[in-house]
Amino acid sequence: MERKQTTFLNKVQHLFCMLMLLIYSLSANAATEVLEFNSPQQEQQYHELIDELRCLVCQNQNLADSNAALAQDLRERTYQMVRSGDSSDEIIDYMVARYGEFIMYRPPLKTSTYLLWFGPLVFLLLAVLTVVLFWRRTRRNTGVKLDAASRQKMQQLLDD
Amino acid sequence: MSERGLFARPKFLIPFIVFVAVAGFFAAGLRLDSTVVPSPLIGKVAPAFTLPVLDQGDLTLSTDQLAGGFYVLNVWASWCLACRDEHALLVNLSEKGVPIVGLNYKDKAEGARRWLRDWGNPYFVTVVDHDGAAAIDWGVYGVPETFIVDAQGVIRYKHIGPITPEVAEREILSLWNASKQHS
Repeated sequence: MERKQTTFLNKVQHLFCMLMLLIYSLSANAATEVLEFNSPQQEQQYHELIDELRCLVCQNQNLADSNAALAQDLRERTYQMVRSGDSSDEIIDYMVARYGEFIMYRPPLKTSTYLLWFGPLVFLLLAVLTVVLFWRRTRRNTGVKLDAASRQKMQQLLDD
Repeated sequence: MSERGLFARPKFLIPFIVFVAVAGFFAAGLRLDSTVVPSPLIGKVAPAFTLPVLDQGDLTLSTDQLAGGFYVLNVWASWCLACRDEHALLVNLSEKGVPIVGLNYKDKAEGARRWLRDWGNPYFVTVVDHDGAAAIDWGVYGVPETFIVDAQGVIRYKHIGPITPEVAEREILSLWNASKQHS
């Protein structure tokens, strides 16, 4: 969780670590903490939240999956807030106030996130449009028209 | 194809243009550092804390006591190697009169003490955030991190990772000099 200035070697190192982690994670799961809740609803709320919230240190993991020290701290904070009866919105607002919307795996729909939300749809539509245009073009081109001279030549070839 | 060649059929250029555009996005993406997450706290009032002062027994320091003056808050730990990279710069800034508060993050008192003795103490006060709770309020997600708080108690700037000579010069010193002119 400590930072260094990134150099090319660091990036290679980083990549290697990620690879090792990937291999390691095939056989291991993040440590499960034993927690007590006031109700099954609270337990469910807690698990939904730590699935939704992103770990800032290992950015491709949520709080539930990450073993980073900060992720443990933020899980603990989430747990305490759930226990004291805060709503999920209150807990998410609390996290966003400190770490920004980056902490949400599902960012809210607003002008700055339109591209994020609808970009894939736009690309899909473009792809479909391209395929349709391509099909129509090739179908039109299959009707080959021959002029009289070629037709005669063809007939001659066939007769021979 | 006609004798005018490629330019008579600009459609042939489309894949090339698409390629250049995509490559451009990738090139820009490579230059971005995704580990730096912008803080929502910039421009907002610095979060309050009341924390024990290092090696001062029961003495505590709260953000209320810091209010009214410009200060730099540096989050550090003796186990943090990257903090070594910026330490000389911090000492240099403090020698120029910049008031720096040290937030000793999840550290052992002995380690912190030794660090300050061995490498010099740039902090006019060091507070101890033993469980990292104050750091969470400040949106800290790694060490080192450095905040600039103005006389109104508003966070003006945040640097993630070790500060560089450019950050020390262009951000910290310039804001400090500007704040001196106002007061």
